[in-house]
Amino acid sequence: MSTMDFRGRDLLGIEDLTADEIRYILDAVPPFKEISERDIKKVPTLRGKTIINLFFEPSTRTRTSFEIAGKRLSADVINISVATSSVSKGESLRDTAENLQAMQADVLVVRHSAAGVPHLLARYLPSPVINAGDGAHEHPTQALLDLYTLQEKLGTLAGHTVLIVGDIAASRVARSNMLAMRKLGMQVCVCGPRTMLPVGIEQMGVECTSDFDAAMQGADAVMMLRIQRERHGEVLFPSLQEYAERYCLTTERLQRAKSGVLVMHPGPMNRGVEIAPEVADGIESVILAQVTNGVAVRMALLYLLLGGS
Amino acid sequence: MERRVKAQAMDAAAMQRGLRRIAHEILERNRGATNLVLIGIRTRGVPLAQRLGEHLAHIEGHAVPIGAVDITLYRDDLKGRRSRPVHSTDIPCSLAAKDVVLVDDVLYTGRSIRAAMDALTDFGRPQSIQLAVLVDRGHRELPIRADYVGKNIPTARHEQVSVLLAEVDGRDAVTILEGEPGTAAG
Repeated sequence: MSTMDFRGRDLLGIEDLTADEIRYILDAVPPFKEISERDIKKVPTLRGKTIINLFFEPSTRTRTSFEIAGKRLSADVINISVATSSVSKGESLRDTAENLQAMQADVLVVRHSAAGVPHLLARYLPSPVINAGDGAHEHPTQALLDLYTLQEKLGTLAGHTVLIVGDIAASRVARSNMLAMRKLGMQVCVCGPRTMLPVGIEQMGVECTSDFDAAMQGADAVMMLRIQRERHGEVLFPSLQEYAERYCLTTERLQRAKSGVLVMHPGPMNRGVEIAPEVADGIESVILAQVTNGVAVRMALLYLLLGGS
Repeated sequence: MERRVKAQAMDAAAMQRGLRRIAHEILERNRGATNLVLIGIRTRGVPLAQRLGEHLAHIEGHAVPIGAVDITLYRDDLKGRRSRPVHSTDIPCSLAAKDVVLVDDVLYTGRSIRAAMDALTDFGRPQSIQLAVLVDRGHRELPIRADYVGKNIPTARHEQVSVLLAEVDGRDAVTILEGEPGTAAG
């Protein structure tokens, strides 16, 4: 594939990427994974660049992953979490971002509970903005690391089937993954109680069902999503036990799937609710590989967006 | 940009003889190959390192470890150039206390070699780093020199030296290409 140039671009969503662009990003990952396996986990590539993590929602995994990715490329990484920032004094979003830009930040990584915030900031800021999760809309870097993990373990993507289980309607992880998987020719089935399956989901080109047991049969990989009992004040199911009875990935349900099926979870997990502890730790689980690959994917992205700009 | 061929500097036979001679020089200077590691600089340094490794193994009767280093992430000239894809670095063993021979196709400004040395020192502390190149075209911008040279080819800055290798390009040749006087070629 000829060289693509992502320098200066924003990464706001999978919806803005073509299938070729996604493949290009995935192909760029392996050398960055190798850096994390060295004794000295550092290359000087982004030396002198400033990366700001602007997180309006709590995060350990994603924020730490971006921080490690930036530091391994020798960039200076600053973490801003909203509770300790001037946003609590009433500073507007735009002012916060323009102030950071005035300090010559080279890239902003943004997570916010309202969809579209990264897009708004990208309009005001000349430097690249990376969406680390906006409301229930998109979480593109999660989808990229999930796809990379699937490709690494399965060899190819097209033609394989992924089953995503949980609160699909509220999940930006599910949404970005569905978009990315469909673009790359994968089959997707989403599963959960009716209260968690959004109206019109079939328009995304995915199958949907509330029968977890049946859905396990065709899956090459099953992705479990963490669930919250309440969302926006509405109660989505009677009790955690009842949810777990029908939608927890147990060893018994896992055995209905093909041999070699992969178990995935974006984290953090509620052991015993959506995933049985022995399954989370079992041989089919690639959950920790997802985390490792997350650092490599984010390193590759930072390089593509900033390297040489 | 299409460039006219000014001259063919080496044909396949000359390249073969040059590499064989370099292999003997490496063995002479290092008194054998028992402590050697060959590291090719991507892209074309890698097949050259493999060819050298074959010559060394043939002469000495034992294999020499061969690795590859991608220097894209260590370059000092990323800015302004078109975006470069990154390939893997593959170091076969610890480099600590080893005599490393870096292998590249063309030695020009010396910046690639500087980047390669930076990359290597992140993998351990070699006893020595030596440099073998197929072609030295002059115009150093840093105080770097090759220990083993296939052929010295004086060039003008605006010319380009093109090395083709069978493993990468389907055939072996070293040619000098014309450029515009007053410009600098890569």
